[in-house]
Amino acid sequence: MKNNKTELLVAALENGTVIDHIPSELVFTIASLLELEKLGSSVTIGYNLHSSKLGKKGIIKVADKYFSDEEISRLSVVAPNVVLNIIRDFDVVEKKEVIIPDELCGIVRCGNPKCITNNEPMPTYFHVVDKTAGTLKCHYCEKEQNKSEVKLV
Amino acid sequence: MTKSFVTIADLSKEKIMSLLEAASRFEAMPNRKTLDGRVIATLFFEPSTRTRLSFETAVNRLGGRVIGFSDAATSSSSKGESLKDTIMMVSNYADLIVMRHHLEGAARYASEVSPVPIINAGDGANQHPSQTMLDLYSIYKTQGTLENLNIYLVGDLKYGRTVHSLLMAMRHFNPQFHFIAPKELAMPNEYKLYCKEHSIKYVEHTDFTEEVISDADILYMTRVQRERFTDLMEYERVKDVYILKADMLQGTRDNLRILHPLPRVNEIAYDVDESPKAYYFQQAKNGLYVREALICDCLGIEV
Repeated sequence: MKNNKTELLVAALENGTVIDHIPSELVFTIASLLELEKLGSSVTIGYNLHSSKLGKKGIIKVADKYFSDEEISRLSVVAPNVVLNIIRDFDVVEKKEVIIPDELCGIVRCGNPKCITNNEPMPTYFHVVDKTAGTLKCHYCEKEQNKSEVKLV
Repeated sequence: MTKSFVTIADLSKEKIMSLLEAASRFEAMPNRKTLDGRVIATLFFEPSTRTRLSFETAVNRLGGRVIGFSDAATSSSSKGESLKDTIMMVSNYADLIVMRHHLEGAARYASEVSPVPIINAGDGANQHPSQTMLDLYSIYKTQGTLENLNIYLVGDLKYGRTVHSLLMAMRHFNPQFHFIAPKELAMPNEYKLYCKEHSIKYVEHTDFTEEVISDADILYMTRVQRERFTDLMEYERVKDVYILKADMLQGTRDNLRILHPLPRVNEIAYDVDESPKAYYFQQAKNGLYVREALICDCLGIEV
């Protein structure tokens, strides 16, 4: 059993989702975007793990939970490159990529300080006008902005 | 879903034309009892005497009653009430809400939470669609058509929301635009891009002379404001360039009309007022008929 210690820090999942290739600094952002703190099942968060691709990476394992496309799309603004492995009976049955949706509700803040959404208790709402360039248009003040400029709510 | 009037951007050509036709019927007969027994609220979170008087006159001439406030300082928003709460409260009393707000997107949000229709009377730098409708009506009335016109926009094309909205509304009518502005206040790229996407022709000028405007059907003047300049030397250099004087009108077309959203400061010399081509005061009057048409349209009243 001794040589196993360095390898398997976390037990394999029987059913659930493994979110892999997370840049380390985004691990906790993603956990909160997916509202993992509200889950009752076991969640394992790996942080600053060694990765040949990213240098350091994060990994999140969530038992008995499959995320909806709507939930996954929330990740598109901050972490478009993460992959979700869908596990059933210890096997990866599907790999889901994050796809930027046509609309973003309550995920990012409008960059315009004079926008009503920054001055009223209400959710933000953006239309994604250009998915490749990442151009968002605020539904309310109609200002276009790039997703690299906006902050999470 | 109630029928609000928030932005000019999503109005179809047919909708614009039917509103303009309704406005011309109100011009023929502005005093009616159409709104008898109705209450209209004018909520001006930011003061704008000109726009408020125009809307309130429209309601009064149609026999309706007006409630509201002309300044946020006298409303409960100064006590920290949210916009939503103010709208919900007022919608208990009024059949329609006309609102002006300093925050952008305020009218859109109000229209989503309000059980009664909202008319946007200006939301910050974003939209002021009743102004655009009266600009369109003035063009239509003086030229007999909105199609294929040479429209010259002069002055502050960077911050002037009226010129941006007019540009977008004209996309249906195959205009030829000319943008005349100092470099610091030139038409922003996003609107030039909009022109390209919608095949709107435009030419840019920095000179404002008799020759440049000789083919104009419409000259739309705006104010060049000192506070818009980061470089005050530049302001001093250009402040007198974008002033229209009567002698510049000599070689212009007979059908040319000069528009201005008002208030003017010095960008149109007083000697222009005597010219039959000066149209800015009638333009403001047209706002009344257009607003009568907008109010009735939002309330679903046929005219």
